[in-house]
Amino acid sequence: MVDTTMSEKIFNVSMSPHIRDNESISKIMWTVMIALAPAAIFGAVNFGYRVLIVLLIGMGSAVLFEYLTQKIRKKTVTIRDGSACLTGFLLAMCLPPTIPFYMPAVGSFIAIVIAKHAMGGLGFNIFNPAHIGRAALMISWPVAMTTWSKMTTGVDVVSMATPLNILKQQGYEKLIETFGSAPDMYQALFLGTRNGSIGETSTVLLLLGGCFLIYKKYINWQVPVVMVGTVGILTWVFGPAGLFTGDPLFHMMAGGLIIGAFFMATDMVTIPITIKGQVIFALGAGIITVLIRLKGGYPEGVCYSILLMNSITPLIDRFVQPVRFGLRREAK
Amino acid sequence: MIKSFRGGVHPKDSKSYTSGKSIETAPVPEVVVIPMRQHIGAASIPIVKKGELVKKGQVIGAADGFVSSNVHASISGQVIDVGDHPHPVFGKCMAVVINSDGQDEWVAGIPLQRNWEELESTQLLKIISDAGIVGMGGAAFPTHVKSTPPKNKHVDLLVVNAAECEPYLTADHRLMLEEGLRIVTGVKIVMKVLGVEKCLVGIEDNKKDAIEKMAAAFSGLPVEVVELPAKYPQGAEKMLINAVSGRIIPSGGLPMDVGVVVQNVGTVAAICDAVTHGIPLIQRVTTVSGSSIKSPKNIRVRIGTSFREAIQFCDGFATRPEKIIMGGPMMGMAEPSIDIPIIKGVSGILAIAKGEANTGKEASCIRCGRCVNACPMGLNPSMLSILSERNLYEEAKEDYGLFDCAECGSCVFACPAKRNIVQYVKYSKAQNAALKLKENRG
Repeated sequence: MVDTTMSEKIFNVSMSPHIRDNESISKIMWTVMIALAPAAIFGAVNFGYRVLIVLLIGMGSAVLFEYLTQKIRKKTVTIRDGSACLTGFLLAMCLPPTIPFYMPAVGSFIAIVIAKHAMGGLGFNIFNPAHIGRAALMISWPVAMTTWSKMTTGVDVVSMATPLNILKQQGYEKLIETFGSAPDMYQALFLGTRNGSIGETSTVLLLLGGCFLIYKKYINWQVPVVMVGTVGILTWVFGPAGLFTGDPLFHMMAGGLIIGAFFMATDMVTIPITIKGQVIFALGAGIITVLIRLKGGYPEGVCYSILLMNSITPLIDRFVQPVRFGLRREAK
Repeated sequence: MIKSFRGGVHPKDSKSYTSGKSIETAPVPEVVVIPMRQHIGAASIPIVKKGELVKKGQVIGAADGFVSSNVHASISGQVIDVGDHPHPVFGKCMAVVINSDGQDEWVAGIPLQRNWEELESTQLLKIISDAGIVGMGGAAFPTHVKSTPPKNKHVDLLVVNAAECEPYLTADHRLMLEEGLRIVTGVKIVMKVLGVEKCLVGIEDNKKDAIEKMAAAFSGLPVEVVELPAKYPQGAEKMLINAVSGRIIPSGGLPMDVGVVVQNVGTVAAICDAVTHGIPLIQRVTTVSGSSIKSPKNIRVRIGTSFREAIQFCDGFATRPEKIIMGGPMMGMAEPSIDIPIIKGVSGILAIAKGEANTGKEASCIRCGRCVNACPMGLNPSMLSILSERNLYEEAKEDYGLFDCAECGSCVFACPAKRNIVQYVKYSKAQNAALKLKENRG
């Protein structure tokens, strides 16, 4: 009758709740990487196998720097949660295919050691580490960061310059001329057969990955929709030939907007925690992107727009709080 | 329109262990340990001495003041000890230990037959109070106190909580299926006591059979059965009232602030027994379940039966349990031992294996916002936990609604970083209370 286990004296008495969802940080991080993978593979097809080495250096060095930092600081090593690997991945995705091999490692160092661990580690960093890494490289090696390769696929119509570069330096007419016609340009932007950073070119594959993350509920659809939408509307309104003459479709698919809106502006750690706050964040990032693209010196502004909005995330969180139950209109 | 509330989570309900099993009556135990604190409020005062003979239904602990409750002998026999004994909530507590004489005899005068419809509401209230009825959903708040709203609060609605939103628990479900008449009579009595014309019964839609059964049982009465989506914490007072009636209890308020009194369905059945047959609260239905229990069951047990005996009645453990839980897995309390008595508020006894608990190492918050979306109270659990970690508990209270938190655990359930947010909240609440005490002392 007496079961041996019935003689047990002490059971685990940790606090309720006693059951948990089976989500975890590593599950989220690895899922985001899976969502990015198609665009990365396309990058390798588009720009050649060299791209794979850049990606591997980005990821490997990020993991290595995280390991070393935590070892030196005598903290628990958390490389298995996948967050460092993801940072390295995202950073490499935003680099030109021809970048010298040591640069992604330098970027990872800045992203992981300075932007992440010097701020207190995962969850405490104010700025998106991958974008900090990219911004640091941009400032340090502006030439290497803006030298674009020839693509291996398709007709090489836009060699040595990204569409946004052409727009900035030679104007909209030249841009259309380079691609042949407007529909040809849209098609190239949609499929990704154009010049640009490793992982930013294929709109369709990034959308696919982004929708997967929305389906998995790891990101809120409002963020990419508002950010891309804002860019579309503003670039249409403030067109080159006066009001309402812009090309929103081009601006929405060009540059790093799609990868930025789906994978950077949705980085949980560095954006507001409420959906309302996130919408404000996305709106601000969209506006700044358009400002830089149309009025700034750089052809592209996604990276800086997100970093700037990162800096006011705590402020947004302070003022945009969830509506407390039972407090609606009672305050008056 | 489906009625519900904002937020909440969907844990696996795990009710199939016992939802199809009829209530079984556990054997009368040899020894019962009946604690003097089984309710919110002052502990009862033991009025029997060691060596005394007592009968089933006899008062052994007298209520100490208004917010307190009587405690009755659940078996007949001899008092073998009056002193400190293990308690599922307080660790140790004054208890009366009774050794059974094997007769299981009622004290003189009960059970009786009473036509309750002839009684005034004050008389009914007296019966409920004398019978030691407390909220049986888990909180164990004395029912007569809840049923006596202050003069300045106008109550016009009774809400019966039959949501049973905690996973695993099926005691209320079975009670509705098998003993619906007790519930109907109980509801009529409570409505008379409160003087209300309307009653809403909230049941989650994972209990379709109970919804049908209760709707049929209440036909012709001003009682409406409301089907609610199965979502945790649907049975939390504020969420339940909001879902069934649309009323919103203000922050820091009570159901009576919006004219509502909530009673658990098990409590209502106990009120029926007390009023119609004079039977005090000496037994209850509880669910013994979890992956580590060999034969999970819904059982009717005497108050004071040990967890061990209840588990033995369910054929003991199938595997080694990681945790023994009093109540449900979301808000229940983990117990260090099974040698503790079943008290009035024990809605379930769960034995959960390690894999089922799905715990993990706590990490720092990654601000994913899942807790914010899960919180039914519209709080920012992430911020509450971070402020508590830094001892900024006053800021948590002033700016982030610390005391609105009902500790339902939805945020912890949803957290991918496995943060023990409820634990932080409890800590901050305690720190604030201590601070207030210090200030009052000047």
